[in-house]
Amino acid sequence: MSQMPPNGVKNPLLELQDVMFVGSGKELLARTNLTLGSGGRTVIMGPNGAGKSLLMRLAHGLLQPSQGRIVAGGNGSAFPRQAMVFQRPVLLRRSTIANVTHALALNGVPRRLRRPLAEQSLERFGLANHSHRPARTLSGGEQQRLALARAWAIEPGILFLDEPSAALDPAATKAVEDAVNAFHANGTKIVMTTHDLGQARRLADDVVFMCCGRVMEHTAAARFFEAPATAAAATFLRGELVLDVPAPGCSTQ
Amino acid sequence: MNSHDPFTLALSLILSGDPGLFGIIQLSLQVSLSAVFVASLIGLPLGAAIALFRFPGRGLVITLLNALMGLPPVVAGLLVYLSLSRAGPLGQFGLLFTPTAMVIAQTLLVLPIIAALTRQAIEDLWEEYREQLQSMGSGRVRAIPTLLWDARITLTTAVLAGFGRASAEVGAVLIVGGNIEGVTRVMTTAIALETSKGDLALALALGLVLLTLVAAVNATAYLLGQMSRSRMQ
Repeated sequence: MSQMPPNGVKNPLLELQDVMFVGSGKELLARTNLTLGSGGRTVIMGPNGAGKSLLMRLAHGLLQPSQGRIVAGGNGSAFPRQAMVFQRPVLLRRSTIANVTHALALNGVPRRLRRPLAEQSLERFGLANHSHRPARTLSGGEQQRLALARAWAIEPGILFLDEPSAALDPAATKAVEDAVNAFHANGTKIVMTTHDLGQARRLADDVVFMCCGRVMEHTAAARFFEAPATAAAATFLRGELVLDVPAPGCSTQ
Repeated sequence: MNSHDPFTLALSLILSGDPGLFGIIQLSLQVSLSAVFVASLIGLPLGAAIALFRFPGRGLVITLLNALMGLPPVVAGLLVYLSLSRAGPLGQFGLLFTPTAMVIAQTLLVLPIIAALTRQAIEDLWEEYREQLQSMGSGRVRAIPTLLWDARITLTTAVLAGFGRASAEVGAVLIVGGNIEGVTRVMTTAIALETSKGDLALALALGLVLLTLVAAVNATAYLLGQMSRSRMQ
């Protein structure tokens, strides 16, 4: 089992230490140790029900682990500012720009700075013309761009994305991938899940492969797609998408 | 047409701007709007807090609140009467048979409606917003103003329902107000009195005004509902 990060992680940003999660009496995430380094784009892969979203929600702090803890990397440093983009964006019943200014307000940005920052962010994602439209009247692709703009405005240290383009057409998917790269270029750590192998190949610097509620391996992307360390990952990559039953190799861990 | 026809008389009372009639209408609106204002001030945050926080006895509080939505006005009136009467705990303030007493009684009637409907609306919205708001760093307390604003259309409907209840009830204001002409006589108590006295014209005029008011409130609530479905989802 190779849960070790690829080549050792140089600048740990977030560490999951012996994290376990139990829900309604079932172990949904087996004991996990995972170090997320700063900078790169980590893609979490695996079949449905593998626990990808769960792992991400634990790392982001939306769920509290049943055991273990999540610490900011580098001894005693503060948690980086975080944002998350969901598969289906939850937008406030307000104007497009108010969605961004509200996120800024929650992050303690002074009132006079919110509007200009929000405008810059909307401009960046091609939504400047829609500033005053009710956010929920935007199209699906525009709504996801607004979710990205909302995250962009607060300049997160880590951006989590949970299958951000699963419900989108190719053009909107391209926009999401461009955005991910823009965040990355800006120094934001990316942690995302996707079911799209092509997307994972295009974006990943390192891959966390999960199966049946465990992290099977954490491997540099180039190596993962060439020669994954686990049988389950190899099966998964061959396209034998095992959706309901455990993939071979899961249970041996 | 016979000029003694009560319907004609009623219309002429309204159209001539009869000061007695309009004094009654004005007091009715003052009392009911004040009650709705106070009940909203308490009921909106209270309903939101019950929606967001878990505490022992929460289920009981919600059941009680829902049950109190149907509190009979005469019972509310009686309770306030007992509290405000000379021998009662609040007797020293001499509020019985004043408009203030009527506001208190109607607040008691309207508060459960606004709080219960708010609780339901905010709980549904929180279900939808929770992850997103937590992700943006909002705790439950900070989420309350966010959720109240985002549920504004539903909550306006709740407040209108409260206003409909307050302006149409007769039992509570009759008991604590006493239907004193020029002091505590409102539309509903006046209708009850004038009808029993046989002055059908004034009763009918007030009835028409009241009916129009209630229709307008319901039309507004309906339009808001339509708006929330189409534009804001």
